[in-house]
Amino acid sequence: MGIDKKTVEDVAHLARIELNAEELEKLSSQLEHILAFIDKLSLLNTENTVPTSHVLEISNILRKDESKVSLPIDKILKNAPEKQGSFFVVPKVIE
Amino acid sequence: MESCKLTAHELLERLKNGVITSEQIFSDLSKRIESVDSKVKAYVRTSHSQPLVYNPNFRGIPVSIKDNICTEGCNTECCSRILAGFNPPYSATVINKIVESQNSFLGLKCNMDEFAFGSSTENSCFGPTHNPWNLECVPGGSSGGSAAAVAADEAIWALGSDTGGSIRQPASFCGVVGLKPTYGRVSRFGLIAFASSLDQIGPLTKDVRDSALLMNIISGYDPNDSTSINIPVPDYTKDLINDAKGIKVGIPKEYFVEGLDPEIKLIMEEAVNKLKTLGAQFKEVSLPHTEYAVPVYYILATAEASSNLARFDGVQYGLRAKAQSLIDMYKKTRQLGFGDEAKRRIILGTFALSHGYYDAYYLRALKVRTLIKQDFDNVFKDFDCIITPTSPTSAFKIGEKVDDPLKMYLSDIYTISVNLAGIPAISIPCGFTKKGLPVGLQILSKHFNEGMLFRLAYAYEQNTEWHKIKPKL
Repeated sequence: MGIDKKTVEDVAHLARIELNAEELEKLSSQLEHILAFIDKLSLLNTENTVPTSHVLEISNILRKDESKVSLPIDKILKNAPEKQGSFFVVPKVIE
Repeated sequence: MESCKLTAHELLERLKNGVITSEQIFSDLSKRIESVDSKVKAYVRTSHSQPLVYNPNFRGIPVSIKDNICTEGCNTECCSRILAGFNPPYSATVINKIVESQNSFLGLKCNMDEFAFGSSTENSCFGPTHNPWNLECVPGGSSGGSAAAVAADEAIWALGSDTGGSIRQPASFCGVVGLKPTYGRVSRFGLIAFASSLDQIGPLTKDVRDSALLMNIISGYDPNDSTSINIPVPDYTKDLINDAKGIKVGIPKEYFVEGLDPEIKLIMEEAVNKLKTLGAQFKEVSLPHTEYAVPVYYILATAEASSNLARFDGVQYGLRAKAQSLIDMYKKTRQLGFGDEAKRRIILGTFALSHGYYDAYYLRALKVRTLIKQDFDNVFKDFDCIITPTSPTSAFKIGEKVDDPLKMYLSDIYTISVNLAGIPAISIPCGFTKKGLPVGLQILSKHFNEGMLFRLAYAYEQNTEWHKIKPKL
């Protein structure tokens, strides 16, 4: 399975990354090269293999549903590029 | 003698006996950094970095920290423009444990590949770190700053993180000891995530005893990390036994094929012979799915990274690009903030997870991960550990592989399977090439069997001199 420039452009949009023409050109050819290598996986028969998403046999780790003290708002906001009161400021979303 | 040249256990002994103070250690270390870091560039130092000044709260032995582990009050930027100026509101659990153990973290962070994406530390927005053994070579990566700092005596000991070899490969390139613990052994709380099913924090040290000591400090269950495992942590220094009698070691035939530098193959054979004289028993074993580890890794690690790095969008911290709409702000911020390798991995990972490709790439990779893990399970039924080279080559030249991502990815061919299987592995110095570059020997064992790694590594180390040889700077 290959990857063309149009697909890279679509995926970059999904990933919310703007690419200029030069970046798009370079990335498309590099990704094509990498995916050709990865396609080696299709040689294996995995029909009856169970996928591994966690290497240890643990599941459903829960914690007690109790309230705890959160970090103070000013500490969280100190790194914000733009803030107002106790909020992060972003460009206007709704007209 | 300058204290920065000593190991942590030697310094702890001197502190205990009152022949040295923490202030003296700190001062010697600062002087060493001042004198050699302009050449090595192991630490991130910018105009906005806090100056390295002694404060009275400083205790014990300073630990140098990779730039992706959160340190409250000290910038943590993952060597990425997108996190410029980020000052974490809390510290990682490993940092709290270091402080609780009466030690301190050094107020400088170690250089790394941006978000740990790389094998050479060339992908740092602050520029590359140089290998202390040959300044024209890379230190390996992504924990290249941590490894180079320890090798150059600019650090007593250090923490790195390992997702596909990022502690072990630089340890091997710089001639130091690097350990990737079992997945779940060390809390990842406060480690800025790359690939959550693979990441582990671990020590880079001057010898095996320091590695065991630092593991004693950082290991253990943490309710803030639901993937950390709630089982007791043994005292790893009890495994430092100078004897390899009866230890059954497998040598995987798939690791000694084309691509392995013949010089490294020879050094490995000498190391195996040495261990045989110490009583270890060797036999060839097979890990048949080895050749699939790199492709599996570059699907799973990039898929997880694409999801983890979605949080860097210019809203809560770091860089923000000016734009009229929210979506343009995201896209422009991420274009400006991420370097080439980060963009490449996020886009590859997003592609592997996207509609129509998920089954062919992501799901298939998860299944092959099972096969790779089963290979190890089978060997560990009959063997205590496995020995391999850490890397197929010694340190390569800066710039040599930057334009060929696939070639760069293949430099992790011997380390990646370990993360996919979640098992622990250590890299220790085992010789030098004719050009004087260090070579690393990797020992692997089953889940939570770090003790076996320490035992075999210690026996080898105590009967060789490699770890005592220092680079000339």
